[in-house]
This record gives sequence, structure tokens and C-alpha cells, in this order.
Amino acid sequence: MGLHIFWFCLIALTWTGYLFLEGFDFGVGMLVRGLARGDTERRVLVNTIGPVWDGNEVWLIVSAGAMFAAFPAWYADLFAAFYVPLILVLLALIGRGVAFDYRGKVENPRWRAAWDAVITIGSIIPPLGIGAMLGTNVGGIPLDAQGNRVGSALDVFSLHSLLGALGVLGFSLAHGLAYTALKTEGELRERARRLLRRYGIALLLPLLALLALQLGTIVTGIGFVLAVLGALTAWWRTSAGRDGQAFAALGVVIAAAGVTLFGSLFPNVLVSTVEGVPPLSVAEAASSPYTLEVMTWIAAFATPAVLIYQAWSYWVFRKRIGVRHIPAAHAPKAAA
Amino acid sequence: MDKLEIARWQFGTTTVYHFLMVPLTIGLSILVAGMQTAWLRTGKEKYLAMTKFWGKLLMINFAMGVVTGIVQEFQFGLNWSSYSKFVGDIFGAPLAMEGIVAFFIESTFLGLWIFGWDKLAPKVHLACAWAFSLATVGSAYFIIAANSWMQHPVGAKFVDGKPQLTSIFAVLGNNTAVWAFLHAIAGAFAVAGSFLVGIAVWQLARKRRSERADDPAREQDRPTWRASIKLGGILSLVAFAALLLTGDSQGKLMFQQQPMKMAAAEALCKTEAPASFSIIAIGDVARSDCESVKSFTVPALLSFLAHNDFSTEVKGVGDLVGQYEAKYGSHYPNDPALGEYAGKPIDYVPNLPVTYWGFRLMIGLGGLGVLVSVAALWLTRKGRYPRGFLGKWLPPVALLAIAAPFLANSFGWIFTEMGRQPFVVAPNPTGVDGMFMYTAQAVSPGVTAGEMLFSLIALASVYLVLGVVEVFLITRYVRAGIPGVLPPKVDEDSDSDELAFAY
Repeated sequence: MGLHIFWFCLIALTWTGYLFLEGFDFGVGMLVRGLARGDTERRVLVNTIGPVWDGNEVWLIVSAGAMFAAFPAWYADLFAAFYVPLILVLLALIGRGVAFDYRGKVENPRWRAAWDAVITIGSIIPPLGIGAMLGTNVGGIPLDAQGNRVGSALDVFSLHSLLGALGVLGFSLAHGLAYTALKTEGELRERARRLLRRYGIALLLPLLALLALQLGTIVTGIGFVLAVLGALTAWWRTSAGRDGQAFAALGVVIAAAGVTLFGSLFPNVLVSTVEGVPPLSVAEAASSPYTLEVMTWIAAFATPAVLIYQAWSYWVFRKRIGVRHIPAAHAPKAAA
Repeated sequence: MDKLEIARWQFGTTTVYHFLMVPLTIGLSILVAGMQTAWLRTGKEKYLAMTKFWGKLLMINFAMGVVTGIVQEFQFGLNWSSYSKFVGDIFGAPLAMEGIVAFFIESTFLGLWIFGWDKLAPKVHLACAWAFSLATVGSAYFIIAANSWMQHPVGAKFVDGKPQLTSIFAVLGNNTAVWAFLHAIAGAFAVAGSFLVGIAVWQLARKRRSERADDPAREQDRPTWRASIKLGGILSLVAFAALLLTGDSQGKLMFQQQPMKMAAAEALCKTEAPASFSIIAIGDVARSDCESVKSFTVPALLSFLAHNDFSTEVKGVGDLVGQYEAKYGSHYPNDPALGEYAGKPIDYVPNLPVTYWGFRLMIGLGGLGVLVSVAALWLTRKGRYPRGFLGKWLPPVALLAIAAPFLANSFGWIFTEMGRQPFVVAPNPTGVDGMFMYTAQAVSPGVTAGEMLFSLIALASVYLVLGVVEVFLITRYVRAGIPGVLPPKVDEDSDSDELAFAY
């Protein structure tokens, strides 16, 4: 196996890892206003992801960085084609990131409500934008022979974009509910469970529909079947009150989705919908063997370490959080 | 404005803005880790107070640095896709390494540090502080190595018309990168030094002193502020010395690597031997013929800055233009990808007012920052505080002087990036022939000017709002003093379920 194929798989893995990790923290963000009742419950939700969301988001940065290093044209042409959605994603990520930190820093209901709105919107836009981009990447983008987008910013959108956007959004929300059930206690946990049981499958349908469009090889078929089984298992386990197993089953759904989506893209990284423009293959887009070798060494040493210390941080913060754990709000008073 | 100009404004705006947060984050992270170390080793309350107070301000700033940094990772692809494809084989590697090696450590251990006060053993918790602060320094190295490749491309050969990496050690060990990194780190500590001094002097001088537990200006906090002034003042001084030394080495390198940038830094129109250093110019430096400029100069100093002796010739802008045209061509290639620049003459002279004044503002404001810090250090030595005029004006001046090293950093980067124009990858005079790229060739061909304008306006507006919010929050926490971050304990119930820290 050439290193370029290894890097294609690794990038598939980092994107999938990203959707897995930040999927639930987007979901929790979306629920801050919808699921929680009152400020203390909102703080419970925010604090379930407080110590980890930033580490989750680095998976996005690394996905982008790894594409840049290993497949420059994939990175450049895909991002430039999805210019407007990505700018919206970036704005949302900016707002939501500071919102977590800033919302409790002033003792004022309007201040908090404003940041809660930023968290909610900031958690809805990124899964939509990233889902649309990844879905369209698989379905095909109107690119010319140089890899530049043909037509306007709107011309990139297709059925794949729609299903990708709704698919990642729905998955994130379902995963956020499962995470809330796993990480909180009391009423909040019950509400999350109830919603997941009731709407979980429906939330996963757009993603499953996107996967169904990509059937055709053994690999994509296996991914699709696993995703369906994962979805059913998640529903079954959450009905049985097993939060951890439901959460893990949803992890299987996104992992299987990663297999099907990137499996159907392979052996290409960019497929043009313009007639006569050949697809850009993994081999053509790859950086030089030396660059890939350098990056492989870095990844070989760093990745296990990253997985270990990130897992350790989840272990440190493994306890469920409930209303009783939330200390009284402490923000400095306005100038005396 | 055409696409190229919008894309450049966007890069300039987002990068300069991001780099307002970064130096403070780097400098303050290391300092806070040091403060916590001091607390663990001595058990003195003032070091805990320092850790908590400066740590809180660090967190407010850190959040902004993190989120504005994401834009950086994406905008090479968004706005500069041709650039990304041209240099990706080399430039992508340090960027990816920054993420894999530095950002993961930074983000994970920052979370552990913020939320782990009661969950981790004290030494483990301290180790988390060192982990994330050293990771910020590490990330600076990778990104500066990437930038330095654009200033001085090394470790690459040409394959099929594109640069290809031949040695990662050459790229990471680029002499340009080593000096630029040291200079940037020294700049980060200069920022942190002035930040500590400005705020701590203001706190020290505050009226309404009492012993009340919730008084933001408590008598008992004086040692905390004094220790902060001392730390910040000494740090400013050391950082400034380091800035001069590293800056001098960088300058000497630049005279070899990008002679035009350094001639532009001086607005040096004609070749001189020995060359004099211009302290300040009166008139319009924009014209490269010097017709309307009167400059106050130090004779022969520029020769020394460039070559370490007082007689060597330094080339002026006029002569360099001829050299550049002979070597790299006088007109842009007739390539449709260049849009309206195709076939047009190339202007090799950077924006002279920006480079000339940027260079002077960098040095001048850096000097101003350290001057105020040292003055504050002297005036508050050994438990003193000046009476009368000095005592009244020291706090506002020290507060205002916080801005000086921030701006000096910005002007330094504006100078070095604008001074590289019209190149995005400047040619290495001793490197591979033809390995350079004009900025006009770098911009994304498929993206429309409208999209870019939309994103420039959107990003700038959001940044503006968040900048106001950050300053507002920092001000609020500064006013609240130590009680704002170390609330007086209400109950001593150690069985409480409550988290030590929660958002």
C-alpha cells in the first residue's frame, strides 16, 4: 500500500473522528436552549463539554492541515469551492468558542441569553456546512480541469449537499442527546433519553439516505449495513436505559458512515460534475513520497500520544454532572 | 477593489487581529505556569493570587486566540488556493505538524487545567499548565517555519514546475525561521511584561484600601501587585534586549535574503557606501526617487546593521529594481490565471510608507513599552510608591503603555509581510532558480470578488464586536482584582459536590 493511500485513510479517519467528537458537542450546544430549563440546567449542559470541546475541535484543524500537507489540491479546491459555507462555519465556530467561556463572566440574564443564542446557532451552522461539504465532495462538485469552481457560490449545492448537511446535523443532535443522557443526571438525563428514543431514528435518516446513494461496492455496502445496525442498536439500547451503549452505537453509525462516504470517494479525492473533466485521483493529488514519509513519522509518534491524553482527559472528567454540582455563579460585579 | 486586494486585506486583517491575541497568550501562559510553580514550591498566598488573577485574564484572551486561529488554517485554501496548490508539498507539512503536535496538547491540557483544579493532584495539575504553555511556544515555531519558507525558500527542488520538499530539516532549521521565532517569542514576553506592569501598577495605586474580603483594592493584595510589577518590569527589560539582538540578526539575514525589503525599510532610494540609517523622515517617502524627502540620519549605521562594519555599500531601491527586473523579469507572464495582471509590468518596490514607518513604529513602540515598564519598576522599588505628579500619572501611562508592545508586534509583521511584496514566496538569492511566486498568482481563481468581500466584511465585523467584548471583560476582571478570581470562602464544607470551576 502506497503512503498516499495510507494518508487518504488517515484523513478519512480524522474527519470521522471529528464528526464523532465534535458531533456530540455540537448536539449539546444545540440543546442548550431547547432541552435545558433554567440557567443552572444550561450550565450543566455547557459544563459536560466544557473541558473537552476545544480538544474536539482540533480534529477539524488537523483534518484540514492533513489534507493540506498530503493532498494540497484536495484541500485547496474543495475549500475554495465551498467558500461561503465555510466562512459561515468559521464565524459560527468563532462565536460558539468564545460563548462557552464568556457566558458566565457577567452576571446578567440578557448577557447570558445572548451568548446562549450564539451557542445554539453556532452549533447548528457548522454541522450543516461541514456536512454539505463532505456530502458534495462525495457526490461531485462543478470544477473545471484546473480544479477551480465553475459557476456561482450556489452552483455547488446538490442533493448530496442537502443530505450531507441534514445528515451531519441530525447525527450531531442524536449524538448530543446520547451524550447528555450519558453525562448528566436527574431530569435532564431523562428528557434527553426520552427524546433520543422518540426521535433518534428519524434524526439519523438523512445520513442513512446519503449513504444509500453511495452503495455499489462491498466496502460501501458493509458501511451502510453497519450504520443501519448501529442506528437500530442505539435505539434499542437507549430504550433499555443503557446510555453508554447507545452513545457507542451512535459512534458506530458515524464510523460506518465514514467508511461508506470515503470508501465511495476512493480512488479519487475530487470528482467533477462538469462533463469531460476527469476526476482527481488520490495518487495524482498526493504530495511527494518524501513529504508523505515525513508526515507519516510525525503521525506515527503523535497520534498514539494524542489518543492517550485525550482519552485521559475524558477519564478525568468522567463523572456525571447534575444541578447539584454547579457552583453559584461568580462573576465580578460592575465597577463600584 | 479587485480580488487580489480584497484577499490581501482579509489576510492582513485576520492575521494581524489573530496576532494581537497570540503574543499575550504565549507570554502569559508561560508566566502563569511559572507563578503556579512558585506557589507550589513556596506555598505563598500571593503566588496563588497571581496564578488565579493572571490566569483568568489569560483565559479570556486564550479563547479569542483559539477561535481566530481556526480561520488561519482555512484561509489558505479559501482565498489562496493557487498558492496552496503551488507550495502544498512543503508548506502544508509544518501546518499539519502544528495541529498534530501542538494544538492537540494545547487544547486538551488547557481544558484539564481550567477544570482540573480539584480533580488532579497539584503536581499533575501544574504539569498541565506547563504542557499547554509550552505547546503555544511550539505552535509558534511551526507556523513561523512555514512563514519563513515564504521569506526564504529552502529544502526544496523543482519537479514538474512545482516546489517539492527535499529536506524537512532544512525547512524547520531555516535560519530565517530560527531568528524570526526567537524574535517573536521575545516580542510575546515584551507584551506580557507590559501587560503585567500596566495592570499591577494601576491596582497598586488604587484608592479605597481596606481589609474587607470583597474589596477589589485590598491592603492584603499589595504584595501580589508588587511581585507582578517586578516580574513584568524585569521581563520587559530582558525581552527588549532579546528583541534587539534577535532583530539585529534578522536584519542582517534580510539584507542578504530580501535586499529590497530592507532598502524599503529605510526608504533608501540610492545605493550608499557607507550607508546611513534614517531615524525619521519628513516628507513623502512613497516615491522611490527621494525627491521630496528630508531624512535625519546616523552616518554609517545602516552599513553596520546590514554587514557589521561601517563602510560597506548598501543597495538602494533604484538599483535593486534593475537587479530584480534582470533576474525575475520586468512583466508578469501572459498567463490568463493572472487575470488583469497578466502581461503587466511588475512593481518590485513594496509600499514604502508602510515599510518605512512600520519599521520605525515597531522599534519605537517596542522601546516605549520597555521604557515605561522600567520606569514603573524603578519608581515602585523596595515598597515605594511615588507621591505627587509622578504618582498620579504613573498608572494611566503604564496602562496606556500596554498597547505599545502589541502595536510594535503588529507593525513588525505588517512590515515583514508587506515588505515581501510583490512576492508571496520571495525568491531565495542563493536558492533554486525560479522558485518564487507572485502574490497576484496566488489568489483562488474560482472564488468571486463578491464572496471575498462578503467574508471580509463578515469577519471584520465579528472581530470588531468580539474585540470590544474581550476588552470589556478584561477590564471588568482587572477592576474586580483578586476577590474577583479568588472569592472569599463561604463555607468550609469539604464534602460539597460542587465543581471547583464551572462555566
